[in-house]
Amino acid sequence: MSTQAEITTAPGWTGAEQVEVLTFELNGELFALHAVGVQEIMDLAPETVVPGAGAFAGAVINFRGKVIPLSDLRVAFGLERGAATIDSRIVVIEIELAGEPTLVGLRTDKVHEVTTLARADSEAPPSVGMRWRPEFIQCLVKRGGEFIVVPDLQAIFNQQQDARQPVTSATRH
Amino acid sequence: MSDEAIAVFQVEARENLELIEQGLLDLLDRPEDRDLVDAVFRGLHTLKGSGSMFGFDALAGFTHHCETAFDRVRKGEVAATTDLVSAVLAARDHMRRLMEDPTGDHGAAGDVLLADLERAVREADGNAPVAAAPVQTAWRIRFDLPSHAFKNGTNPLALLAELRDLGEARVVADVSRVPPLSQIEPTDHYLAWDVTLTTDQGRGAIEDVFIFVMDEMNLSIEALDASNADAVVADQTGPAEVVAEGPSILPQAAAPAQVAAPVQSSAPTAPDAAEAGVAKTAKPSESVRVPADRLDELMDRVGELVIAQSRLSQIANSGVDTALRAVSEEIERLSGELRDTMMVLRMVPVATLFGRFRRLVHDLARETGKVIELSTDGETTEIDKTVIERLADPLVHLIRNAADHGLETAEDRAAAGKPATGRIRLSAHQSGGEVVITIRDDGRGIDRDRVRAKAEAQGLIEPGAALSDHDLLQMIFHPGFSTAAAVTNLSGRGVGMDVVKRTIEALRGSIDIASRPGEGSEVSLRIPLTLAIIDGLLVRVGQGRYVIPLGAVEECLELSLDEDLRSRGRSFISLRNSLVPYLRLREMFETGTPPELHQKVVVVSTGTERIGLVVDQIIGDHQTVIKSMSKLHSGLPTFSGATILGDGGVALILDVGHLVAKGQQQEAQMREAI
Repeated sequence: MSTQAEITTAPGWTGAEQVEVLTFELNGELFALHAVGVQEIMDLAPETVVPGAGAFAGAVINFRGKVIPLSDLRVAFGLERGAATIDSRIVVIEIELAGEPTLVGLRTDKVHEVTTLARADSEAPPSVGMRWRPEFIQCLVKRGGEFIVVPDLQAIFNQQQDARQPVTSATRH
Repeated sequence: MSDEAIAVFQVEARENLELIEQGLLDLLDRPEDRDLVDAVFRGLHTLKGSGSMFGFDALAGFTHHCETAFDRVRKGEVAATTDLVSAVLAARDHMRRLMEDPTGDHGAAGDVLLADLERAVREADGNAPVAAAPVQTAWRIRFDLPSHAFKNGTNPLALLAELRDLGEARVVADVSRVPPLSQIEPTDHYLAWDVTLTTDQGRGAIEDVFIFVMDEMNLSIEALDASNADAVVADQTGPAEVVAEGPSILPQAAAPAQVAAPVQSSAPTAPDAAEAGVAKTAKPSESVRVPADRLDELMDRVGELVIAQSRLSQIANSGVDTALRAVSEEIERLSGELRDTMMVLRMVPVATLFGRFRRLVHDLARETGKVIELSTDGETTEIDKTVIERLADPLVHLIRNAADHGLETAEDRAAAGKPATGRIRLSAHQSGGEVVITIRDDGRGIDRDRVRAKAEAQGLIEPGAALSDHDLLQMIFHPGFSTAAAVTNLSGRGVGMDVVKRTIEALRGSIDIASRPGEGSEVSLRIPLTLAIIDGLLVRVGQGRYVIPLGAVEECLELSLDEDLRSRGRSFISLRNSLVPYLRLREMFETGTPPELHQKVVVVSTGTERIGLVVDQIIGDHQTVIKSMSKLHSGLPTFSGATILGDGGVALILDVGHLVAKGQQQEAQMREAI
């Protein structure tokens, strides 16, 4: 019971000094997801476009007999959508939508590894110098010479749901 | 106490409360039926016992008072008057609240109900049918408990205390099974008891003491002749295991015991009770309780199996291996049967739904002061469980409407030359892949003039517009439409019929209304048997594949290139001398692909109109398991769900009504743009 709750509410840093994440790449930027919410990493599957659904979750796929939406974080962050490569993967996560745990597939350009990030290395998103919407970012984590972006998936998906309209027009320009 | 155990208790308690309610409602019709009285009493008793066992003390305490009051009915001291039964019904609702929300503060409400109940009992007092004088009977009760009794939470002292409550009891413990101290397992139970009980209660009351442990214990209850019981007890030459203060008794010969059957009229007679006891232990369990989500899970697995199977048969049919093909066909048959069996598992008779409305009508009759009789028909008709649950609210509303707006008061009915009792008839029957549920009342019918006046006032129709009777009646499905002159507690808040209609349509059903002034109204709901499976026509538009529900499809025809080009400015084809407008799905879905050479038109009916959908290819019939769309796509009413195809791909299921509405909207926008 309690593990279920941990998965469905995107776990933050609360209480934990370290957190296990899955790192992946989108347009050359490094992102990280809390590993506990990740269900599966799968190869690209045949997609079914949902007409009128907007770019953020414009298609559905068959994930083990379930029909799940396939969403693209690049849309939320205003990144260019590149063509699929041999490294492209879909990361299936569980997230709470309107109070219901829902499986969602995320497009990624490349999945790196499961690793541990330390709270001490994390920083809140800066208020200037960033073209991304700060409320979509939980924190930035310094590692080596680079930054890993930890997106706030719950905020991104909630926004999608509230707006019902794709955020593309607001963020792309 | 674990959450699971409490959840199980609550499930059982809910069912028990349901049974109590049914019993009470039956009792209103047949107040003399002793079996009903006993059944209700037993229900209350079980609820009290299991409630206190699981820590629902408020529930147990409250139920105890009701049980005590109802016990007087059981004993025949007071009659089951309508007021009394209604008071117990109200108390039952309170029990439900106590059960669902044990921590809430319900004390005051409970006291009011108990006061009502007490008053009803007092008024019913003296109406007793046959107040049989209590007769003291002596019983010999021997019982032992299994060695793991303590682990199950059984407290033998509590059982003995309950026996003592029934009357004068002499208890002798049989310690013969107690092993030497070194071998005693402290958590095990070794004792047996021999109790002589003199009481005015019947065998049923004694059996009730053991109701929770009955299945696992040895219990014998014998009636002793009241006169010789003392003699028996006085005889001190009994078994060796005499315990300090308890005198022992002789093993009584069976013959005299059976002569002295209990004589109380209210208690179940001894043979009956004995039979019931035998039936209870001998009857094998006939049903298994399975949580609904496990069934859903199984349903998913079966759906996946069907998909995997159709992939297998594609492979088998493309090769030349006849052995593989034989196996594939075998699996196809088996998985088809499995799916059919699965569907049956989810089916529930509508009786479970109709049963709830008896109470509703009872309450409505009391609130409105009308005399209402509810009759039901076709309760054995089965519908998918999820459909049943979602039908409850619309039906409640329709019945409220019938009782509140439809039926007249007794005086008005008399003036109109009708019988004083208003009738509401609920019936269900299966017709093809649908279940038709009708709610009919013999009230005043829908007042067309008022509907028209209201529709004109709200600007829904032009004043004086010519409208067919059918179209006029459809007005009541508009949001915020209510013809009730005054808003009552029951209905007329204008949140009604449009919500009903939406709910029914969300179930892929349809609603129809017929009404004759002065004679009554009839609302019929047509509901698909199941939400889990759909028969559809699989089509291709651009790259995407879509399922059109077969129920909506009227016919398919080819859209020749000529006709396609000719109809640039106007999008309709002539079909047997009538014009049918059409929508190009390729354009609506912005596929960005060029039209195929041989496009097809699928003519669908939305109930009120026919419309053609232009697709690139018709792939064929497709029966499949419906998957709901996630919340991310819930804002797209054009698609009612999705389905997984034989090749593992996903096809979206079109909601024809919404699709057509969206198409009309898009066209209107295009016209404005010009």
